[in-house]
Amino acid sequence: MATAKMRVYRGDSNGGGEVEYDVPVEEGMVVLDAIHFIQANYDGDLAVRWNCKAAKCGSCSAEINGMPKLTCKTRMDSLPLDKPVTVYPIKSFPIIKDLVTDVSWNYKVRKTIPPFKPAKDTKWVMYQEDVERSQEFRKCIECFLCQNVCHILRNHDKKDAFAGPRMMIKIAELEMHPLDTDDRRAYLRTDAGVGYCNITKCCTEVCPEHIHITDNAIIPLKERVVDAYFDPLQWIINKFKGN
Amino acid sequence: MEVFPTTHYIMGGVRVDADTTGTTVPGLFAAGEVAGGMHGANRLGGNSLSDLLVFGMRAGMGAAQYANEIKDNALKIDDKDLELAAEEMLRPFESEDGENPYTIHQALQETMGKFVGVFRTKEKLQEGLDELQVLKERASDLKIEGSRMFNPGWHLCKDLKSMLIVSEAIAKCALQREESRGAHSRVDFPKYNDEVWGKVNSVISVDGNGEMKLGTSPLPQMPDELRKIVEGGYK
Repeated sequence: MATAKMRVYRGDSNGGGEVEYDVPVEEGMVVLDAIHFIQANYDGDLAVRWNCKAAKCGSCSAEINGMPKLTCKTRMDSLPLDKPVTVYPIKSFPIIKDLVTDVSWNYKVRKTIPPFKPAKDTKWVMYQEDVERSQEFRKCIECFLCQNVCHILRNHDKKDAFAGPRMMIKIAELEMHPLDTDDRRAYLRTDAGVGYCNITKCCTEVCPEHIHITDNAIIPLKERVVDAYFDPLQWIINKFKGN
Repeated sequence: MEVFPTTHYIMGGVRVDADTTGTTVPGLFAAGEVAGGMHGANRLGGNSLSDLLVFGMRAGMGAAQYANEIKDNALKIDDKDLELAAEEMLRPFESEDGENPYTIHQALQETMGKFVGVFRTKEKLQEGLDELQVLKERASDLKIEGSRMFNPGWHLCKDLKSMLIVSEAIAKCALQREESRGAHSRVDFPKYNDEVWGKVNSVISVDGNGEMKLGTSPLPQMPDELRKIVEGGYK
């Protein structure tokens, strides 16, 4: 049986470092299994957040060999086992302990998004193709891998200015809902900071639900904001109207 | 890839009042998979979501009503009990030669899979119950390293106690119910026994000595308006 060298980050807000463990590799094993093996056989207090082990709860996000991934969905046989496998907590959020980070900032931002607002006399009838447009974004499992990889949040730490890709698809889901009547363009431009995104598509690349975050959500949202605020013709018309 | 049957849903659970979801412990409310009785002998896919929505709301309303009606000193907890609970929680940190909780957890999984699994017999269930007694004994002294901060091993020490209780309750009820119904399949009793088991639920409670007591209670009768839908089909 092959043995993998797992280098797992262990520490808390006071600092920490890699600890190396030998883990026997079994057929079909995923990185989360290796973490559980370490808990059961070496360090019972190794902290990891996980629930479903089926890539649906979005709890077990980590950086495996430097790539943001779900540990329950990353098979050991997809990794080069002749080298050590590194497992780190997601970097964009404050560490609590070992692989567990405090992602509560996301929930705070989520609350600032203006909610679904149907018309008072809505007839609850929708075309399937209109439903499907929003439905893609509803696949989100809130693993926050996109938030983690986004350089505006990760490298520039602009959490006060940019809501991040996860929130963009939430806003897009509401904006594109066929029965929604609210206008979130001012919110998008100011509080959510959609202008910060410069379309590097890293969020799309790491999304375990394969949501086309940049192409189907962020770019259309940018277009709506540009239409409202940066169209030169509209700007001249507004000047004449005295707006 | 290994393919094998695993725990999908637990139909039994804490006995609650259907309107408030209140339990027999004052102030304790339960809704969802932890509460028993909602789905009969087998839960159909998707039904637990509506279970959660309906009884989650009732639990909230029941708890709010309870909190509003409570008198100042009705929920006094004895300091001695608190101390004992804290001591029990912290014992795994001080244990000298206690067992690794993960080892017992795995042994419990194997025991339940082997003896109380998909297809059950009297002999296997009895063997499983004997094995559970051994595990209970082993789980009385657990040892864990590290701090109290986000310590999964420590949490497992606490969880194991409940897991063992639930496992024993499941095995005892399965041994008692000499028929097959829903997700409960007895190889030695492959048919329904409506005369006996169609009329009662299995009930687990604690006797005067703190031991698990097994009994039955009459099956609540389905209201007529529901019976019409279930037996006649919705029109």
